[in-house]
Amino acid sequence: MTDAPVPRIEVRDLTVVFGEDERRVVAVDAVSFRVEPGASFGLVGESGSGKSTVLRAICGLSPVAGGQILIDGKPLDLRRDRAFTRQVQMVFQDPYGSLHPRHTIDRILSEPLAIHGFRDRETRITGALADVGLDPAFRFRLPHQLSGGQRQRVAIARALILEPTILLLDEPTSALDASIQAEILNLLSRLRREKNLTYLFVSHDLAVIDHMCDRLLVMKGGRAVEELTEGALSHRRVESDYTRALMKASEGFVRPAGAA
Amino acid sequence: MTQAHGDALLSVRDLSVTFDTRRGPFQAVRGISFDVGRERVGIVGESGSGKSMTGRAILGLVRAPGRVAASCLTFDGIDMRNLPERQMRRIRGQRVSMVMQDPRYSLNPVMTVGRQIAEALRVHGRPPRDEIRRRSLDMLNEVQIRDPERVLKAYPHELSGGMGQRVMIAMMLVTEPELLIADEPTSALDVTVQLEVLRILDDLVRRRGMGLIFISHDLRLVSTFCDRVLVMYRGRIVEEIEARRLHEAKHPYTQGLLNCLPRIGGGHGDLPTLQRQQAWKDA
Repeated sequence: MTDAPVPRIEVRDLTVVFGEDERRVVAVDAVSFRVEPGASFGLVGESGSGKSTVLRAICGLSPVAGGQILIDGKPLDLRRDRAFTRQVQMVFQDPYGSLHPRHTIDRILSEPLAIHGFRDRETRITGALADVGLDPAFRFRLPHQLSGGQRQRVAIARALILEPTILLLDEPTSALDASIQAEILNLLSRLRREKNLTYLFVSHDLAVIDHMCDRLLVMKGGRAVEELTEGALSHRRVESDYTRALMKASEGFVRPAGAA
Repeated sequence: MTQAHGDALLSVRDLSVTFDTRRGPFQAVRGISFDVGRERVGIVGESGSGKSMTGRAILGLVRAPGRVAASCLTFDGIDMRNLPERQMRRIRGQRVSMVMQDPRYSLNPVMTVGRQIAEALRVHGRPPRDEIRRRSLDMLNEVQIRDPERVLKAYPHELSGGMGQRVMIAMMLVTEPELLIADEPTSALDVTVQLEVLRILDDLVRRRGMGLIFISHDLRLVSTFCDRVLVMYRGRIVEEIEARRLHEAKHPYTQGLLNCLPRIGGGHGDLPTLQRQQAWKDA
């Protein structure tokens, strides 16, 4: 235990509660996991499983009722400071909702740089656009002039522009067509390799998680169902019936026996 | 002009949907032809391929300024082109129904489920109240809603997504249509609920001999659920293939769509991406 590397992200008994009294909902119930530096960890589950709430709790966007979140071994303060946003960035599901509709791509990418007082904006913006495979010509366009996949590239560029070490990805390809999803997943894999990023990847799609992550946690109704190590899914080494049901469902429809 | 199939419920020839834009006319659907019998036909394609517009055009639901044209559009021998709205309504909802993607937008938020189902039944004739009630409860039972009495009195916001979608399906099927057009009926649902809804649809096709047009972006789902698949690209059908032989698809677009999906146990290597070719547009 002593010589194990300090995990980049560690979540211990995280509990998130919304509402009070009879409207009290425990959205996340004592969930724990560790993500090593440079690893990609998946959170998978259906709606209401609490997977996105975990991400939002790490960002300080959900009311944490108990437990601890540590980044590089240091517990997070109640308020997330600027140093935190330098290190941890988030990419959301909906590329239509997460970009300001009346700001140009240039302005969208400049804003975090201005907040954090960077001087070399020009080189960083052109660099970020190149990183995500967008032509420099897109720089002065508005989000509505871009396709869904191009918008998601902008959202990723915005997340990367402060050179964080951790990306929190909340269903980053669920709103995209299959062919565009493949392009964005390839982009995310390449960026992780090149920049030694640590990913916490949330998705309802078991196949996407298996493709993108080394280890994963299956969640249901706010609880951790089981944690799976590399290869467990492909070799079907799963313990719980719920994970098995999810695996079966991801293979498509099975006509009941005897039906034509 | 091709002759319509003898046993086809629906025959479509040279269907096109055109919108006038500032840059001139834009064809969302560009002259497609197909037949649907008492079977499950999948229409697959990416966003903008024209698959939803095809479903809407069949039922005369393309709003102006969109224009629909076809050399043949018949349902059970009835020419549906330029059918007066009154007669169209006799077919729509009664003999051909449509289920849309998201129950949150297609159910009336200020009407109870019971009233909405009753409304569907009252479009033609005025069945007595206890018959409406009986048929509504039967239908909710059929789509496997456990507590139909309560659901009948509920408003849409009181239902979960899966329940809402089942209510939608119940509402569309209570009139016992011969053809159901389902536009992404399960895409907003969790995978486990999705399969439940598909089982219900599958059952109805088999037991009632209903025809089903299943519109979806999900090639894997369609290949396991449907009998036949039409693959659309930019307003054209580029390939028509038996669902269980989809892996033998010849068109590079169909192959590309299949290959770019991540698989469990497929490893972490890069996914093959789709290289779109200009020639596909004219396929």
